[in-house]
Amino acid sequence: MVVISDTIVQGVQMLLVLLLAPLLTGYVRKIKARLVRRQGPSVFQPYRDLLRLMRKEVVLADNASWLFRVTPYITFAAIWVAAALVPTFATGLLFNWTADLIAIVALLGSARFFLALAGMDVGTSFGGIGSSREVMIAALAEPAMLLIVFCLALVAGSTQLSTVAHFLASSYVGLRVSLGMALVALFMVAIAENARIPVDNPATHLELTMVHEAMILEYSGRHLAMIELGAFLKLLLYVSLIACVFFPWQIALYGSGALSYTIGAGAYIVKLALAGFLLALFETATAKMRVFRVPQFLGAALMLGLLGTLLLFVSRSF
Amino acid sequence: MSAVALQMVCVAGLLGLAVMAIALSRSQTATAVIYGATLALSAIALTGALRSLLGGSTDATTLTLPVGLPWLGAHFRLDALASFFLIVVNLGGASASLYGLGYGHHDPAPHRVLPFFPAFLAGMNLVVLADDAFSYLLCWEFMSLASWALVMAHHREPGNAKAGYVYLVMASFGTLALLLAFGLLAGPAGDYGFTAIRAAQHAPYSATLVLILMLLGAGSKAGLVPLHVWLPLAHPAAPSHVSALMSGVMTKVAIYGFIRVMFDLLGQPTWPASAVVLFLGSITAVMGILYAMMEKDLKRLLAYSTIENIGIVFVSLGLAMAFQANGMKLAAALAFTAALLHVLNHSFFKSLLFFGAGAVLTATGERDMDKLGGLIHRMPFTSFAVLVGCVAISALPPFNGFVSEWLIFQAVLQSPELTQWALKIMVPAVGAMLALAAALAAACFVKAYGVTFLGRARGPAAKTAGEVDRFSLTAMFILAALCLLAGILPGLAIDALAPVATQIVGSRMPAQASQPWLSIVPIAESRSSYNGLLVMVFIAATASLAVYFIHRFASRALRRGPAWGCGFSDATPAAQYSGVSFAQPIRRVFGTLVFHARDHVTMPPPGDIRPARLRIELHDLVWSGMYAPIADAVGFLSTRLNHLQFLTIRRYLSLVFATLVTLLLVLAIWS
Repeated sequence: MVVISDTIVQGVQMLLVLLLAPLLTGYVRKIKARLVRRQGPSVFQPYRDLLRLMRKEVVLADNASWLFRVTPYITFAAIWVAAALVPTFATGLLFNWTADLIAIVALLGSARFFLALAGMDVGTSFGGIGSSREVMIAALAEPAMLLIVFCLALVAGSTQLSTVAHFLASSYVGLRVSLGMALVALFMVAIAENARIPVDNPATHLELTMVHEAMILEYSGRHLAMIELGAFLKLLLYVSLIACVFFPWQIALYGSGALSYTIGAGAYIVKLALAGFLLALFETATAKMRVFRVPQFLGAALMLGLLGTLLLFVSRSF
Repeated sequence: MSAVALQMVCVAGLLGLAVMAIALSRSQTATAVIYGATLALSAIALTGALRSLLGGSTDATTLTLPVGLPWLGAHFRLDALASFFLIVVNLGGASASLYGLGYGHHDPAPHRVLPFFPAFLAGMNLVVLADDAFSYLLCWEFMSLASWALVMAHHREPGNAKAGYVYLVMASFGTLALLLAFGLLAGPAGDYGFTAIRAAQHAPYSATLVLILMLLGAGSKAGLVPLHVWLPLAHPAAPSHVSALMSGVMTKVAIYGFIRVMFDLLGQPTWPASAVVLFLGSITAVMGILYAMMEKDLKRLLAYSTIENIGIVFVSLGLAMAFQANGMKLAAALAFTAALLHVLNHSFFKSLLFFGAGAVLTATGERDMDKLGGLIHRMPFTSFAVLVGCVAISALPPFNGFVSEWLIFQAVLQSPELTQWALKIMVPAVGAMLALAAALAAACFVKAYGVTFLGRARGPAAKTAGEVDRFSLTAMFILAALCLLAGILPGLAIDALAPVATQIVGSRMPAQASQPWLSIVPIAESRSSYNGLLVMVFIAATASLAVYFIHRFASRALRRGPAWGCGFSDATPAAQYSGVSFAQPIRRVFGTLVFHARDHVTMPPPGDIRPARLRIELHDLVWSGMYAPIADAVGFLSTRLNHLQFLTIRRYLSLVFATLVTLLLVLAIWS
């Protein structure tokens, strides 16, 4: 019985993130448009885009290999599995113990590894420039992310996201310097990982400053749909991660009844809406930075993470 | 027959084979006979080692041969630690032999490889089995010389002679350091048996000196920065299956020596020692992978990546030493097991990648990545196996590299309990360095794979390449399967390592086999757990689900067309990103500091149609800051002392007399 209800909660969570992810992106786009006094497309536009892309034929470059064709699915699967392991409205999911936060970061790393390879596969300079910049950004973002994980793990005594969320939802955590640093650092990493302004611009094509979009330039049709969906999921994953770790209010604890699951889901939607609004506000207020300024930006995140971890090594009460 | 006797019989067989190979080596069938025999012998030795590690009997078996020093004899011993390293050695040996069955046929000078290959394998086995300082050093030197001969197998190729020379100098230096270390360990009584050394008390100053000497001796063989300079020269110079053995296995034999002395013979480690090891390990990890990132020779890139992995293993060993010095047995067992697991994992994927590089070399005759490209179309099987190796070495789930790095990160998270402030401040920084090394490794192998196997062919050799023989492919696929198996069933490997951890650090990780769904749980499930099997099943299931739904309900239409080139679609393959250009962002971020890297662009004046030129300046600061001055000093001194060669007999006699008197005076003052 317990197993069945656990499975249902896990399944609901997986479907929820999959269905909500395009909506979040559409919502952020809408807010951004409204902030610059444009009408903007409907918040449901990403769903329509995905459906349209999926129904179109794939135009494959002449010398694209099998790796190019399987990468969209591998990337999507890795990101979806990672997203399914982050608690959204409830902790203690059935498969939470399959992978901890370090493994979630590494799963996103796997997705990026294959995407960067696919960028190299066709053999155009665009793919190469995108891949080489993407791995440069990742080479700084991943250590920063791991230091954030260390920080959280030292506070909560675990790298297991459910345990972390459970611990931080309890009353005796209080305000901590290290957690503040981790939050700022995580925000910076999330910006970089999701290719948002000021690190990268998700709305441009064929501009030499771009990273992610150059890497996937050769993709079309259903392959592009998979990659786009993966990118939507990744944004949702990071928002959920920040929400469940730093703002775990009203998250349903494991084993509580249907009512608290509903409240948890409602609270989660509110958190997503708030985070999406803040993201749009931030993106509208800042300008894209030069690509070689990005290392300084991420270096700051790395240092914040390191400082937070060091403080915790000095004393657990920071 | 006792377990150690079986191993010694295999070693004797290998030595006999080496002698036989000298006689046989000019004949046509020699390659098949020798590699077939080494394959069989390695397989027997592997089975024996597996049985003694998994068999559950914790007693060590010993054997004394009446050779060597007359009052000592040669002692050999097989305990849990030795069994584990024998598994690494013989698994590497067996796969290299299998690979050699095919690859060896392309060798232009088999008579320069065949006698030394079994000798090299025998040497590595003997080092692990030796149980007294004299036989240890003798076998160590035998191993070094055999591998040196293999490095010099193709001595006429440019660069190889220099590689052999640097290797010889560094190997002699390393053995000298080991000789002194064992001299200190044996003490004034001079009992060279490991049993006596283990029982003796060691003064703190001699323990410190032994640490320094072991870092010099074993560290130079393993490739610790700044003693690594010979490694990227020598490992790639050997034939590829020997490169795989040197990188994947011989560096591990050096790590075995370090563990044997620092953990087993010297007794309880101290925390300053662990701080030194942590520092050197983390520097090695980051420097190694940065060097690899800058490299465009495929085999040298792999050799530099070996240096990175050695750094990771040393960090893990340093953590184990720190925990042991603080009496944290469980954490020490975790860090030590992680180190051993990484040793095993690295031997899998590094051998696999060197085999892949050898296959590329066979098919194209080219090691420079910037002349390759597009091999995924012409070498489908090789490229698949190498892809597995690249994913595994980049520490990505669900493959094996991730598991050991995950365990090391879990060990880092245990370290706030350490009491020393120096370690408390150091360990987070070391953790950051490890994370940086892991991320850079992924970048490096995107480059290696992307430039070599993907894209369009950059040269005629890459355009006409063909798939390699079946023996090579079998060896690669076996190793690829092992990479996956060790990644999805790590609990079995961790449980198998329990006797080693119990023997060396006096504790073991909790049993993993009883965990539900074959998860691994280092401390407790609420703290951290990982299940590679389920991660793989989930990824496979969701990916196939997505493929099914899209092909069933959306579209499966596909059209081939030219790549999008912004209206400039006839770009030559030279317009692709090359290895050098791929590394440019990282060179700019890290290289300006580490290598004093500078890009010089020479632009022709307007109207001139000559192409612009980009020249990249990289400085190996370790070489120019440390080795070049030493070499200069040696050169200077030898020119100065040169005239001693041309003295008259009277002067020689007076020189001898003066030396004698000085020595006697020193002795008189000393005592």
